[in-house]
Amino acid sequence: MRLAVEHAVIRLGGRTILDGVSLAVGPGEFVGLVGPNGAGKTTLLRLLAGLITPDAGRVTIDGRPLDGVTRDERARRLAAFFQNAGIGWPMRVREIVALGRLPHRRAFAAESTADHVAIARAMAVTEVAELAERIEPTLSSGERMRVLLARALCVEAEMLLADEPITALDPAHQLDAMALLRRVSHDGAGVIAVLHDLTLAARYCDRLVVLDRGRIVADGAPATALADDLLHAVFGVTAERGTHADGGAYVLPWARSQQASGKTRP
Amino acid sequence: MNAPLSPLVQRSHPGRWLVPSLALLVAILVIVSISSGYAAFDVPAAAADWLAGRNTLQALVFWELRLPRALLGALVGFSLGLTGAVMQGYLRNPLADPGILGISSAAALGAVIVFYSGMAGALSLALPLGGIAGAAGAALAINLLAMRGTGTLGLILAGVGLSSLAGALTALALNFAPNPYAALEIVFWLMGSLTDRSMDHVWLCLPLMVIGWLMMLSTSRALDALSLGEDTAASLGFDLVSVRLRIVTGAALTVGSGVAVSGAIGFVGLVVPHLVRPLVGARPSASLLPSGFAGAALVLIADIAVRLLPARPELKLGVVTALVGAPFLIGLLFHHRGRG
Repeated sequence: MRLAVEHAVIRLGGRTILDGVSLAVGPGEFVGLVGPNGAGKTTLLRLLAGLITPDAGRVTIDGRPLDGVTRDERARRLAAFFQNAGIGWPMRVREIVALGRLPHRRAFAAESTADHVAIARAMAVTEVAELAERIEPTLSSGERMRVLLARALCVEAEMLLADEPITALDPAHQLDAMALLRRVSHDGAGVIAVLHDLTLAARYCDRLVVLDRGRIVADGAPATALADDLLHAVFGVTAERGTHADGGAYVLPWARSQQASGKTRP
Repeated sequence: MNAPLSPLVQRSHPGRWLVPSLALLVAILVIVSISSGYAAFDVPAAAADWLAGRNTLQALVFWELRLPRALLGALVGFSLGLTGAVMQGYLRNPLADPGILGISSAAALGAVIVFYSGMAGALSLALPLGGIAGAAGAALAINLLAMRGTGTLGLILAGVGLSSLAGALTALALNFAPNPYAALEIVFWLMGSLTDRSMDHVWLCLPLMVIGWLMMLSTSRALDALSLGEDTAASLGFDLVSVRLRIVTGAALTVGSGVAVSGAIGFVGLVVPHLVRPLVGARPSASLLPSGFAGAALVLIADIAVRLLPARPELKLGVVTALVGAPFLIGLLFHHRGRG
């Protein structure tokens, strides 16, 4: 599946949140959406998920306008991970994960074999299988995050949109989650994730899209997208770069850059 | 509730037997309700008389007094329980009740206006019709207010505002009551009761309630999805505007017609979902039907109790449910205080 936005504009209360954004993501890609706070990352993700309609421009799935796609089809093909709303009721973990199968199930129908397999697989890859019978309030924030990620994965959609999927995780689980998202994309699904950790984003994503004040200012391989002048202009930081013994390159935000251009943020 | 379920309860599937057994309980309570009253009453004989079309006193009491009272108890109770469970699930708030959107207050106001205007004397169904009109007005207002934004917080605020307004106008009507007896009659009616209702009341509210039940039950999967927030629910393919319309309209139909025929019966819709959840788990859709049947059972039990209690004049049904429900609510508040 190819998910695209074309010249999208979103205005909210007189402010332009997205200003002529164009982006296309295909199967097998792991795209990191990065940018400073308030750059419009989450808005772009919600736009891609079909939760908001643009004031100008359009969103397409395989070239078809998203508003011409039925809700059911969209729900089966596009999975979205949001964690800001939390989990409203003290449900069991397996029940929460199983919510991801709702687009595949008819009303009042029992879970099919495909549902069982998808739920079990999603719980296995996110390592929450042993939590299956636990109740939501007893989970740590990292466990809750993995449960919600399992919920999104068990839709088995062709495109996964994730809003800050690693924010509340400890370092080990951050690495696990990034490796997991990369594996999901290499298994054939497209993944678009809003990320704040530039180091992990640069290390795991195939492609980084940098948003600043509602515009895409860079879109490309991590090494080229996160050039020094862009880090300075957009994020207001300087970075250390290096190469690990295993050959992997890393970029590490190190210090606030001097306020030469006046573009740095408070 | 948050109490961990015992492994036994988790493993079994209480949904399979819970709804049928609650339905059976409601059926038994309907029969008990028919047989309880101030005069000794032979239920099988009366039912046989009525079925055979014999115009005996027993058949008359059965059809005109006992049966409507029992049926209305079940219908109103089912409506309150179901609506309470739907509202709690939809608003993601364990303290939500069927009246949270202001529908009960508006229905009461509609009935009070009918009372006050003297129309109640002209037509026996004027009172419930006034209540239904009030509920319809409330549903319209809520839907119009909610159209401006999508969040459930706005919906709750609109409901609080509407409740206060309807309450103030009800007080105004009481203030202007032509004589103390009129005011007393209104106050007693507001307390909620199933005494002296007829089959006309049943036929009036039954179709409205059934439509409302179906509208609310049709949102059960969306309620499950909404437990992860509106964005996730929308991403799972649910049309949240349609869900809101069905819930507000369904609640207005069931609660509005319930208040219209019985007055305000509080706390049932708030308490019942909490009684049911330890048996079925916290998933919102799992508690809908059990809450309906448990609500019906609770109202029938309370209505049987007011007839068995020695207090004279008979206690009002709404007073009894509030007396039992309020301590439960206080306990619930303490229970939730730690969760923030």
